[in-house]
Amino acid sequence: MKLFGYRLPGMSSLIIWGLLWEIVGQLGLTFFVPPLSEVIVTLYEVIQTSAFQKALFETAYAFLAGVFFAIIIGIPTGILMGRTRLLDELLLPWVNVFLSAPLTALVPVLMVLFGFGMKAIIITTTLFAIWIIILNSRAGVKQINRSLVEMAHSFGASPTDAFFKIYLWAALPEILGGVRIGIIRAVKGVIIGQLLISIVGFGALFELYSANFLMGHFWAVLIVLFALAFTISEFLAYLERRVAYYAAKR
Amino acid sequence: MAMSQTKMAVAEADGVLESAVSTRNISKNYGEVEALRDLSLEFPRGQLTSLLGPSGCGKTTLLKIIAGLLEPTSGEVEVNGSKVTGPGPDRAFVFQDFALLPWASVIRNVSFGLEMRGVAKSEREAIAERYIREVGLAGFEHAYPHELSGGMRQRVGLARALSVDSQVLLMDEPFSAVDEQTRRKFQEDLLGLVQNENKTFIFVTHSIEEAVYVSDQIAILLPRPSRVSEIIRPSGFRNKGVDNIRRDPEYLDIVDEIWASLRTYVE
Repeated sequence: MKLFGYRLPGMSSLIIWGLLWEIVGQLGLTFFVPPLSEVIVTLYEVIQTSAFQKALFETAYAFLAGVFFAIIIGIPTGILMGRTRLLDELLLPWVNVFLSAPLTALVPVLMVLFGFGMKAIIITTTLFAIWIIILNSRAGVKQINRSLVEMAHSFGASPTDAFFKIYLWAALPEILGGVRIGIIRAVKGVIIGQLLISIVGFGALFELYSANFLMGHFWAVLIVLFALAFTISEFLAYLERRVAYYAAKR
Repeated sequence: MAMSQTKMAVAEADGVLESAVSTRNISKNYGEVEALRDLSLEFPRGQLTSLLGPSGCGKTTLLKIIAGLLEPTSGEVEVNGSKVTGPGPDRAFVFQDFALLPWASVIRNVSFGLEMRGVAKSEREAIAERYIREVGLAGFEHAYPHELSGGMRQRVGLARALSVDSQVLLMDEPFSAVDEQTRRKFQEDLLGLVQNENKTFIFVTHSIEEAVYVSDQIAILLPRPSRVSEIIRPSGFRNKGVDNIRRDPEYLDIVDEIWASLRTYVE
């Protein structure tokens, strides 16, 4: 965007919202919104505490493990569904159900099945992320150019070659899109898991700060979480743009 | 019956020629629809045979059966005396829509066939470079397909098919997606290839002029169900140079003759 002939850098609008936050905070309208400057000072303090670093580590661990399984299981499942009619008929209804289901309601069941530890949290995270990854990988394979498949076949590609050298690449733009949305959902999943299953990680911090009305701390941790999720999502969006040159012409 | 007719036609025109590819009594049904019926055809070694016919006459189907990409409902294909059961290294395919990997550079696309055959990277890239030069794309080794024009993309497809050094080259309307001027250049280059490469070319086209210009033998297919109606072997103008073909009386006569027999089948 341009303002008075100057080119504004991306996300300049955040400055306006930040100022608004500061003003509302300084006016002291509600204890719920402390001034942004105060939040930032608190953020700086909080980051150095061992409680925060432990929470960050626990959350990152559950998040990364959950996303890892969602990708490792989701992409091949989606690609196989796109290729095999039988598998597609068997699994597609379930994928669609789970994609739109309120997964939070399933968390108590997961607790019964997998206990109250890290394992249940990781599984919750995976469940939040995996369905859209499956669905997008499937869509990516479905739109593959028939003649690319014939080409690989006519030059004698083995099924493994076809999978890794044709299907995976041809579906990559959709797969990356799915992974990006999946990761955003995984952030939700890991926090919900930490709040509902066992109070650890960032979930525990949120619980602690809001119960004690430490709003500065609460917002500080929330900002960290948003920033992390946003960074990962932007990184994947960057990867998507890297393959965009062929997404339009396959 | 149809086969003996074919053989007679070939024998009459040119003495007995050795076949690199023969199709015997090929039928192909898609459910109720009969795409090909009892089609037999011989493809002489080292020559270019065109499959020509109105759209929907099953010429691409026949080509894909020869390639091993489709299975015939009945009948069989023989390449160099052995029966075709699927794609094989003795045949290479050039696709109408080029079928290039859009995420791979020209050199990787050209060496893809060799890669599938397990040729080591340095070796296959050396071979690919040679064929990229041969089709006139030197300097574009590291370009990507979307950076190339349609004609250049098909040159990549052609280099890929040549680099695996198959004896039989199957071309499915290879020039139909490129512009007219590029197509003329391609046709001239193709004549050079047929002369120098000592391969058997099977060429599907819907252009009568193109078929007459490039072919040693033209098989006219008629639709529903497809069968070979006629085999024409232009002979008089092949050695008169690429510039003189289009005004050679025999060339013009054959074009007219083919149009006369096809016009009733064109809606």
